[in-house]
Amino acid sequence: MRYLPHTEADREAMLARIGVPAIDALFADIPADKRLDGLLDLPATRSEMEVEAALGRMAGKNTPAGSVPFFVGAGAYRHHVPASVDHLIQRSEFLTSYTPYQPEVSQGTLQYLFEFQTQVANLTGMEVANASMYDGSTGTAEAVLMAHRVTKRRKAVLSGGLHPQYRAVVETVSEMAEDAVVALPPDPTGTEAILDAIDDETSCVVVQSPSFYGELIDLAPIAEKAHAVGALLVAVFTEVVSLGAIEPPGAQGADIVVGEGQSIGNPLTFGGPYVGLFATRQKFLRQMPGRLCGETVDAEGRRGFVLTLSTREQHIRRDKATSNICTNSGLCCLAFTIHMTLLGETGLRRLAASNHASAVALADSLSEVPGVSVLNDSFFNEFTIRVPGDAAEVIDALAQNGILGGVPVSRLEHDRPDLADLIVVATTETNTDADRAAFVAGLKEVLS
Amino acid sequence: MNEQGRPTAPVTAVTEDAANTFTGNRALQMEEPLIFETGRYDVTGVDLPQEAGRAERATGSKKEAASAEGATGKKTRLGKHARTAPIDLPGLTEPEAMRHYVRLSQKNYAIDSGLYPLGSCTMKHNPRLNEKMARLPGFADIHPLQPVATVTGATELITELGRWLLEMTGMRSVAMSPKAGAHGELCGMMAIKAALTARGDKRSTVLVPESAHGTNPATAALLGYSVVDVPAREDGTVDPAAVRERLSPDVAAIMLTNPNTCGLFERDVVAIADAVHEAGALFYADGANFNAIVGKVKPGDLGVDAMHINLHKTFSTPHGGGGPGAGPVVFSDMLAPYAPVPFVRIAGEGAEFVGTRAEAGEGAAPFGRMTAFHGQMGMFVRAMAYMFSHGADGMRQASDDAVLNANYVRAGLRDLMSQPFGDRVCMHEVLFDDHFLDDTGVTTLDFAKAMIDEGYHPMTMYFPLVVHGAMLIEPTESESKASLDLFIATLRDLVMRAKKGEAERFRQAPQLAPRRRLDETRAARQPKLKWEKPAPWSEAAE
Repeated sequence: MRYLPHTEADREAMLARIGVPAIDALFADIPADKRLDGLLDLPATRSEMEVEAALGRMAGKNTPAGSVPFFVGAGAYRHHVPASVDHLIQRSEFLTSYTPYQPEVSQGTLQYLFEFQTQVANLTGMEVANASMYDGSTGTAEAVLMAHRVTKRRKAVLSGGLHPQYRAVVETVSEMAEDAVVALPPDPTGTEAILDAIDDETSCVVVQSPSFYGELIDLAPIAEKAHAVGALLVAVFTEVVSLGAIEPPGAQGADIVVGEGQSIGNPLTFGGPYVGLFATRQKFLRQMPGRLCGETVDAEGRRGFVLTLSTREQHIRRDKATSNICTNSGLCCLAFTIHMTLLGETGLRRLAASNHASAVALADSLSEVPGVSVLNDSFFNEFTIRVPGDAAEVIDALAQNGILGGVPVSRLEHDRPDLADLIVVATTETNTDADRAAFVAGLKEVLS
Repeated sequence: MNEQGRPTAPVTAVTEDAANTFTGNRALQMEEPLIFETGRYDVTGVDLPQEAGRAERATGSKKEAASAEGATGKKTRLGKHARTAPIDLPGLTEPEAMRHYVRLSQKNYAIDSGLYPLGSCTMKHNPRLNEKMARLPGFADIHPLQPVATVTGATELITELGRWLLEMTGMRSVAMSPKAGAHGELCGMMAIKAALTARGDKRSTVLVPESAHGTNPATAALLGYSVVDVPAREDGTVDPAAVRERLSPDVAAIMLTNPNTCGLFERDVVAIADAVHEAGALFYADGANFNAIVGKVKPGDLGVDAMHINLHKTFSTPHGGGGPGAGPVVFSDMLAPYAPVPFVRIAGEGAEFVGTRAEAGEGAAPFGRMTAFHGQMGMFVRAMAYMFSHGADGMRQASDDAVLNANYVRAGLRDLMSQPFGDRVCMHEVLFDDHFLDDTGVTTLDFAKAMIDEGYHPMTMYFPLVVHGAMLIEPTESESKASLDLFIATLRDLVMRAKKGEAERFRQAPQLAPRRRLDETRAARQPKLKWEKPAPWSEAAE
């Protein structure tokens, strides 16, 4: 076995040094009648070449996004990631290190976390950001729990523009924690009467912008109403590139901003691992979940970084902790921060403008397809179209023609026949004029 | 001297203040500023093709971003939402970025640089084949919501991984989506709560041994349970009698780590499981230490109802400086119907992938959803590559070697360091307390920091909490005998130095790392969590 250094002679010598006759003696505490005598009913060890062949065969059955005109978004987006990002995150010192519990030999990880926290705070327009969450959806559930701690109330109001699976994650956690959730019905156009749903029992109102359907939402009036009744505004995004073009939630009165950072630095990878971004106001810092990296000095007075405010965390506080989380999204967070550093403000704005331009061009073209209408007034790089007939069938027919044309809303909203003709369409800088033309032509053909 | 007059032998005398350099650098150890101090706002290391980049000519600069004119000459669709104020994100070109992050990386310890004996964290070798496989476009470049007919290979891999996990654990179904160990714990405890609720059984407490990971009580509390501690007995394991005393119709579950955090197998686990089940409660096993027993015993045979598996510990997916992890949860027959989507379950001779509640069919009652999408696919591919590489025989050998290595370290140190529960066989990690440092003036922290100067990452320290000044050493199966011999010799030397009265050396350690000890009190009292622009000189002068 190529990963195990011992020879049989080594093992014999080591057992002798330990003073036991055979390896089984080291497992004597396992009840004898439960111990496995033989091997598990699984295949035997395989060479590197054989493993590559077996996994390559599975990978070969899938259709990579890069091989077709591709317009699937709805919470995960295909962007171009510079080659240097993937090279750097595979540096041994980043890839094979642990959580930076020993700061003297972890300054590399700690410094990029500090830089990451600053980037996220600036992007979202907030005062403090943590060192990342698992992903946007779990981060949203943590934001709701945090709002409950801050307000000492236990009812969350969810906008109908929130990603349906984010909603499901919040509902699951809330049901289990016996907290209340009021989820407004799906709202493709951003016209729901959310202000009416906020009352003096509301802990927080959770609003996604751009919404799941792509609509840009004016958060300021919602923040105003929430604050008037002592509730918090939790602003959610699934497409972080949008922050290069649209007003940040922090400037619109959000109290907690949480979102998915996958778009920057991280590949699609079928849904994970991703990186949750989480930021808030300074005054709520001590109720914030997750890891925090802070600046300090060492014994010689040199600047250095450490994990800090760990009195919030489970390994110190146990059942009194703000969250049970004990990791962040390390390497995905590193990929994000490297890519963001390469972009800088200039590159991010350029990238966002390019995404938006592609979406405007695509929306204009699609709206000219007979029977198709674009539902959104304002959007970033994603919008919702209505098609005549069943959207899922349209998407499947497009797929058979080699075009991955978006997500039928029915894929995530199972019991809503009124939404069965909607498709959420996303486009990024990776789409060419030819891709967009192929999509438009394909849709015309499928609908004719 | 060679023919050009170039000296070929070093001068032996060293100047006293060699470390006092102009740059602050120490040869290969470079000081590195923050990107906010060196980056420029008008510089970028990313370009776009002309076609995609054309919009930039219209809206790229700060001033123009506010303009309502878009790429195609038509109005943008941002409405009134356009971002006008500066974001304050400096940029670096590619060569600058490479140097910045490479220099940062050089300040980190890593498995690839040396033995990383963090107990309970399982810092084993991360095979690079796994990285290569995870980057195949057929895995890395597929979207979780593209048509299912275009990702049959992805569901096949998840199903196969689930099947392997179920065979290894002897369980019925496995929830694939939890994103880390603590998230898996939450998932497992939610399933327990869902099952109890389904039978109309409202229970309010959870038993947690004192030696448990902090995540266990935090998870229980998150679900509204109050936590009742179970003390360890003299030998470091849980006494079934102590469990029985605390069981009542109000107890929902016990959360037990096995092998436990003292590195010991809970030898009375079956009696504990029986007692728990008799009381109508369920048995959650923290699978953080599953790596010691893969192929040796199936948790399902020990009465476990739910157990999370850290793919980043047992199955070698990289820790990556603190994530991402992956924590699938296996369930017994009793809990299998409550597994959240997506999950894999035993079906006939094989296994099947269940992606939605509708697919779960009658008799199943998935309790909800842990996360958007399908979980940590990138980690699934890596873990699968590890499992395929090892096979049934290799995984058993890995467990054997992990336990062998920990006991070899124990045998090499038992005469000098103190074991809290006597000299007995351990599993994959060996626990020492600080008794051997009595009267030396050296603490566990000092001892750990001195290891850094010797080129080792410290072991887990001050955990588990049940032992004074704990030092928990897990060498993993990746270490050769020669590597362990040097490690043992090093620790022996440090112990001898401590006993000889070199306390000051320990208190000063580390002296050779990129940083000396850091002021954690200051970091917590005056939190500085992001870079702030220095005040203009006129304000600073006041």
